[in-house]
Amino acid sequence: MTAPGSAWPDAPLLFERSRPGRRAGRPPRPDLPVPDLPESLRRARSPRLPEVSEPELVRHFTTLADRTFGVDTGFYPLGSCTMKHNPRVHERLAALPGFRDLHPHQEDEAAQGALELMFRLQEMLAEIAGLPAVTLQPAAGSQGELTGLMLMRAYFADRGEERDTIITPDTAHGTNPASVTMAGYKLEKIETDARGNLDLDDLRGKVNERTAGLMLTNPSTLGLFDEGIEEVARIFHDAGALLYYDGANLNAVVGISRPGDMGFDIVHYNLHKTFSQPHGGGGPGGGPVAVRDTIAPFLPSPTVVRDGDVYRLDHDRPKSIGRVRGFAGPFGVFVRSYAFMRAYGPGLKEMSEVAVLNANYLLARLKDVYDLPYDRLCMHEFVLSARNLKREQGVTALDVAKRLMDYGIHPPTIYFPLVVPEALMIEPTETEPKERLDDFVDAMRAIAQEAATSPELVHEAPHGRPVRRLDEVRAAKQPVVRYLFDEHPALVGAD
Amino acid sequence: MSSGYLSLTDADREEMLAAIGVSSVDELFEQVPPGVRLDRALDLPPALGETDLVRHVEELASRNVHTGAELSFLGAGIYDHYVPSVADVVLSRGEFLTAYTPYQPEMSQGVLQAIFEYQTVVCELTGMDVSNASGYDGCTVAADACFVVRHAVPGRSKIVLAETVSPQVRQVVKTYAPGFGLEIVEVTHDSGTTDPDRIAEAASDAAAVLFQQPNFLGCLEPAPELAQAAADAGALAIAHVDPMSLGVLEAPGEYGCSIALGEGQAAGNWPSYGGPHYGFLAAKTDFVRRMPGRIVGETIDLDGRRAFVLTLQTREQHIRREKATSNITTNQTLLALAGLATLAWLGPEGLREVGEACLSLTHYARERVPLEPAFEAPSFKEVAFRTPIPAREVVRRAREHGVHPGYALGRDYEGMDDVLLVALTEKRTVEDVDRLAEVLAEVCS
Repeated sequence: MTAPGSAWPDAPLLFERSRPGRRAGRPPRPDLPVPDLPESLRRARSPRLPEVSEPELVRHFTTLADRTFGVDTGFYPLGSCTMKHNPRVHERLAALPGFRDLHPHQEDEAAQGALELMFRLQEMLAEIAGLPAVTLQPAAGSQGELTGLMLMRAYFADRGEERDTIITPDTAHGTNPASVTMAGYKLEKIETDARGNLDLDDLRGKVNERTAGLMLTNPSTLGLFDEGIEEVARIFHDAGALLYYDGANLNAVVGISRPGDMGFDIVHYNLHKTFSQPHGGGGPGGGPVAVRDTIAPFLPSPTVVRDGDVYRLDHDRPKSIGRVRGFAGPFGVFVRSYAFMRAYGPGLKEMSEVAVLNANYLLARLKDVYDLPYDRLCMHEFVLSARNLKREQGVTALDVAKRLMDYGIHPPTIYFPLVVPEALMIEPTETEPKERLDDFVDAMRAIAQEAATSPELVHEAPHGRPVRRLDEVRAAKQPVVRYLFDEHPALVGAD
Repeated sequence: MSSGYLSLTDADREEMLAAIGVSSVDELFEQVPPGVRLDRALDLPPALGETDLVRHVEELASRNVHTGAELSFLGAGIYDHYVPSVADVVLSRGEFLTAYTPYQPEMSQGVLQAIFEYQTVVCELTGMDVSNASGYDGCTVAADACFVVRHAVPGRSKIVLAETVSPQVRQVVKTYAPGFGLEIVEVTHDSGTTDPDRIAEAASDAAAVLFQQPNFLGCLEPAPELAQAAADAGALAIAHVDPMSLGVLEAPGEYGCSIALGEGQAAGNWPSYGGPHYGFLAAKTDFVRRMPGRIVGETIDLDGRRAFVLTLQTREQHIRREKATSNITTNQTLLALAGLATLAWLGPEGLREVGEACLSLTHYARERVPLEPAFEAPSFKEVAFRTPIPAREVVRRAREHGVHPGYALGRDYEGMDDVLLVALTEKRTVEDVDRLAEVLAEVCS
């Protein structure tokens, strides 16, 4: 039972709300005999699903929603994740019966509206990347990365070239090296120079005839546009290698600079970042990939094509790397991103301009209280360091993040990129009003002050959330990853 | 005209530029070399206000024939089960909709707890010990499982796939396999099901065997015997299962499988022309530290209160980078939570009743439809019929009568141009089956 006066009501597990014989749903039961199943295939013991009534079920999820913080709740400057407002009209459009109830095996002639939407989305994405051919199939950014690397492998195999190494910078997202391994490539790392650009000397020494390509985020995870990108592209192309653009930070440059014009051959987009598919507590996402004409024959099958006024799925792709996901991709995500792009039109450039303006404003107002490792104007995000607070008051980036929660703000990304100690990676996005940005500045400055005057307040934060800091070591050392019913350990007041 | 999704006034902009110390937004972009700047406006269709946008997108939607507009018996991997209104509670709460991966547990106890509950439900359905927080779909989780197996069974680099596994699942596994250094071998079916002896033979030097229950041809496999054949050959058994069947069909964990996975769509997601949906992936305890993707665990906070947190993160890309068990980051949490709400709404009785409705309607269709079943083996919710004319032609003609009769298996299987796969969920009625029988009689005569 919730104690009187508690700010956060108790949140029992669904299994603890369960009572034998209670139920919510009553599926239709046709008036037909139920055939016997062979004994060896028949379920012996019923799964212990919760037994709850609908009122309790609705309360349960409402309680859990109350204990979750989203963009709808407040400012969420989680760097590299582009936590922008998600227009609500998208949910209405994705739920239109013509989309929501459309079976993916429906004949092409009875799915023309869906296919046209996908074809138009491909065209708009191609224009934004400056590359002609698009696959919508990959389910998320990291699958887009893996798809890109498979495309490189197919491209070089087709040319009879043996190349086994992919180069990534030390600032790369963890997904880049992980994708390299999954694609069966070796990894080579490149350093970042003092201005936050790729170190060209390091690069020239490492790019050779074994190099398949580069994976680069531009602007980088430091929020800085690589000023030497033209020379970088030249070095790789001169060696016969390809350039892969990780679109995680595309929100900075839509309508300003196109990856294809920067020299990239393969690009993935994150529809859940730049094009406003809601992040859903972890997903879904969308990770379309665009390529140059020379790589187009290898794109996953099927693609969406137009013959005159008719749209169809093209499965006849003999050089394709194959399929990377079921069907033609996460269609509901396409509806949302298509609507988002149609609402902006060519004005998408302003989206990126405001994202960059908002980030630079925060940077300008915070760089006198937190360390700024690369003192330049930023793009859509920037990285501060709490090393000054750590050195002087013993207050870490983690402490700052936890204390921000007490100000009603979701923390930025912390301890990333790895090249910055005590990193705080801040991405405000274009949708925030100035008042929310000012609230954040005030909170960050207040925390820096608190670090000096009352560091224990910061060390022990958060103070106003449903739980305090967690014992994460215990969670990893004695993993309890499902409810264990009668054998479940009693944790309250444990140890 | 500025977009309504943006929030700055002209006065805000002036103040902000002054604080930065630049005179225009253009100055902020001086770090972008002139040679790579776009010197024109994007060539995109003009902006639409919300009213016009809705009209335009509604017009596109109206040109699709959805499952409410014709009587549909399409399945073959995506199924028209009932999605209860409580699933909307999850999907429409802005906190779930607009949060991201719960990296900061104090801000995310609700979504973490819900994922923990989802993991429990998946383990209960499959008879496994650990589930991840979801994969992209029923295809990619099969590829993920191959990556787990690659490292769990040293010295063996072959995966055996039953040909009765969904063609799309097999295609995705084959796309991923070269990067994993895996060789794929397929075992053909005998009259719609897989022969355990053939599995035993093919698996003698394999790391794992993947089969599907019920299989793609609509037949129930001798699943326990297939798992045993794999085990006898020293290979791990992986079952691709339908969550909506697991109220009546045995859990893979009970008949010797090491990993169970599948497409979650049938439990709580709309067909949505193929996505987004969720793939589930669960395994026995031995594989917990090799699992791909997010896993939520239980712990305590400083005051000893129960709390939930992303755990075993040393498996993951943001910690382990090139040594990670997967590159997955964004997953399908929201769809998985709709699945949780749906399965909780059904409860154990409801799930069994859905399974029984599928069994009885399918049995009824087998009797009622005036075509020969293509296979003898028992069915769950799909049954394949031989058609006297090509099945694709049957589909075309039946649709003219307002009935989509099913999936033409010749799209994937050689020699099956005259086989039609009919799916029956609990949303179909006896009268619907009667109507199907009537239309098939007419178009096949």
